Amino acid sequence: MTTVVTGVGVAAPNGLGRDAFWAATVAGVGGIGPISRFDPSGYPAQLAGEVPGYEAADHIPSRLMAQTDHMTRLSLTAAQWALADASVDPSALPEFGMGVVTASASGGFEFGHRELEKLWSKGSEHVSAYQSFAWFYAVNTGQISIRHGMRGPTGVLVTEQAGGLDAVAQARRQVRKGVQLVMTGGVDASLCPWGWTAQLANGLLSTGRDPATAFLPFDANASGYVPGEGGAILVLEDELAAARRGAAVYGVIAGYGATFDPRPGSGRPPGLRRAAEMAVSDAGLTPADIDVVFADGAGVAELDRVEAEAITAVFGPRGVAVTVPKTMTGRLYSGGAALDLVSALLSIRHGVIPPTTNIRQPAEGLHLDLVRDVARETPVRAALVLARGYGGFNAAMVVTDERNGR
Amino acid sequence: MTSTSDRRVVITGIGVIAPGGLGTKAFWELLTAGRTATRTLSFFDATPFRSRVAAEADFDPVAEGLSPQEVRRMDRAAQMAVVCTREALADSGFEVADPTRVGVSVGTAVGATMSLEEEYVVVSDGGRKWLTDHRYATPHLYDYLVPSSFAREVAWSVGAEGPATVVSTGCTSGLDSVGHARELIREGSADVMIAGATDAPISPITVACFDAIKATTARNDDPTHASRPFDNSRDGFVLGEGSAMFVLEELEHARRRGAQIYAELVGFASRSNAFHMTGLRPDGREMAEAIRVALADARLPGDAVDYINAHGSGTKQNDRHETAAFKRSLGDHAYRTPVSSIKSMIGHSLGAIGSIEIAASALAIKHGAVPPTANLHERDPECDLDYVPLTAREQQTDVVLSVGSGFGGFQSAMLLARVA
Repeated sequence: MTTVVTGVGVAAPNGLGRDAFWAATVAGVGGIGPISRFDPSGYPAQLAGEVPGYEAADHIPSRLMAQTDHMTRLSLTAAQWALADASVDPSALPEFGMGVVTASASGGFEFGHRELEKLWSKGSEHVSAYQSFAWFYAVNTGQISIRHGMRGPTGVLVTEQAGGLDAVAQARRQVRKGVQLVMTGGVDASLCPWGWTAQLANGLLSTGRDPATAFLPFDANASGYVPGEGGAILVLEDELAAARRGAAVYGVIAGYGATFDPRPGSGRPPGLRRAAEMAVSDAGLTPADIDVVFADGAGVAELDRVEAEAITAVFGPRGVAVTVPKTMTGRLYSGGAALDLVSALLSIRHGVIPPTTNIRQPAEGLHLDLVRDVARETPVRAALVLARGYGGFNAAMVVTDERNGR
Repeated sequence: MTSTSDRRVVITGIGVIAPGGLGTKAFWELLTAGRTATRTLSFFDATPFRSRVAAEADFDPVAEGLSPQEVRRMDRAAQMAVVCTREALADSGFEVADPTRVGVSVGTAVGATMSLEEEYVVVSDGGRKWLTDHRYATPHLYDYLVPSSFAREVAWSVGAEGPATVVSTGCTSGLDSVGHARELIREGSADVMIAGATDAPISPITVACFDAIKATTARNDDPTHASRPFDNSRDGFVLGEGSAMFVLEELEHARRRGAQIYAELVGFASRSNAFHMTGLRPDGREMAEAIRVALADARLPGDAVDYINAHGSGTKQNDRHETAAFKRSLGDHAYRTPVSSIKSMIGHSLGAIGSIEIAASALAIKHGAVPPTANLHERDPECDLDYVPLTAREQQTDVVLSVGSGFGGFQSAMLLARVA
């Protein structure tokens, strides 16, 4: 059974909506800037990728406003756009034949921050009746299923930045078992002071003040990453079901692999290469069939080296085009890999690989064919997306055009 | 990833930490004795709160063998998962030969919420500062922010390098994480999965949020009898904590090494009510559908079920919803099947409880006994099934249905069966 993507919805720091995002991404226009949602001046890191121009009230019914965090509003908006893009009317489909599987990294953290403040500064009777679910990791899956009447299988996976791919893989499992349509992907946001304090604790955030130099994956001056908010929601369907209703298809979810790194000090090799090889093999392809790799792009020298070595081990030195459009958005936690998946599908559709912006001095010894500065026009039939979650999670996914997927 | 659904998945090791007893043996003794482990909340001064009853585990990570640095690094929920993992591994006798064939799936509803709140109080200076001060934060705060750290801790403690994930579907997390692990073994992505769930939610913010919607009991003057599933006088659930972890293996893998087998995971399904984030429709439609699909997955008829391990949270709406779902999915057989809720004894540990209930279900098969529903003296007239009141019942038990229901509208059903 072949699982295809028939709709996408995007909320990204460099573009709200698929078309705005893709236009910016191909043109190399970034969305990283000083944090505006709170005063960051007291923190060592002050840049983030914020979704521009998002007025929640324009997209979210008023009854849902009081009970939703910013990230849930973004995810509901992306989900609605993905369904519209797929030309799906959920009310016309069997209720148990539609599922929802999303990834989350930190839940509705800003909502939780406000309620913690009420509890500790005013008392327990001031805590919102919505706190019990508005912050938890399952909230986006629950709210999407309720809004669209989807009563089929549900899921929520948490593997930090790898989650976007793991959720899509889980959605593909459901489609293969006969579920007609599954909404999947990831949207995250924790750009509140409390969320920022927690993110700073991983020691990987860039303290750079210039959006053009703060996040430089695979560059000699890599000095950490810039976080962002947003992500993407995708509509997955069985290929034959999609064909029956005449749906336009972006591409095929053709292969997937997931591994976990050995515990520190074991002397065993990291697991990213194995995940990539599993994904290519699962797709029924060989490395030579892959036209582009959307890299994880940690922006941390040691992690970049591990990823570059995995890529060259699979494809050979400079053996495949590699890109990190995250340089334009920052790293979006569970939303990052889901957004890369959308970029990979749009690369296939439009025959263009978006650039890795801002790289001036590639790190020595990495041997990557990095698509730098400007987009590369070339036919793309198969793309590999890599994603890593903090602590050792590795995921890899291959998407192909329809012909390759068969 | 070709279809390999003829691969069968069995439980070969169990580790449990629950209120009233550490370890699988103490857990089963508590359940079969019908003792309750609910008590007045002691972790913090709960005077200002509406619900002041909790099911706390007497868990000391140092006494359970965690090193000082492990204790510092991990939230209480992660600590419990790691200790349960060690018990499950020892119980199964499994030793990792090929790390790439061993995966991890850990369920949790609220992650490191206890450590997060403790840190919040410090960096906000007791809620005074909106702009929290990062200089006061522990270096492990990021591990609390992302509960994926729980899967990392379990993977490190085992030496697993296969697929690893945290499954977080609220109060069905503990069923769904095991369902996910079963799927990964069936499809061939792993031969062994270390799977289960953990939650340690007894902190002020969690108590406050359930107070706000009156989901928890206010029976503060009678804490040991406060969890009363299916009883007419029930008034909400008792917040609990705990963990259960399993060694799950592909059947032939287990047989080759001569492993003990508790039970096979023969069927699983999850559905969503798409109705309300916290409310349930009284007809139990979606849970019934999950049960129906799980039975089909197991290729079993409804009347094969010998025992139902209920969600039985003790809220007014849940127990009726669930009773309706059993009747809807099993028909008259629902009236002939013993149904019990171990939450009557160990409270509701949110995402963890689904796995703890799978442990109880597997032990019911192994020991030929079903645990009772404690504190059940006068049935709700709308709850008219056999809920095994007060006293455990010895009975040959070959097939168990364990269900869960949670915020977000999630409904899950797991079927376990004796392996001949």
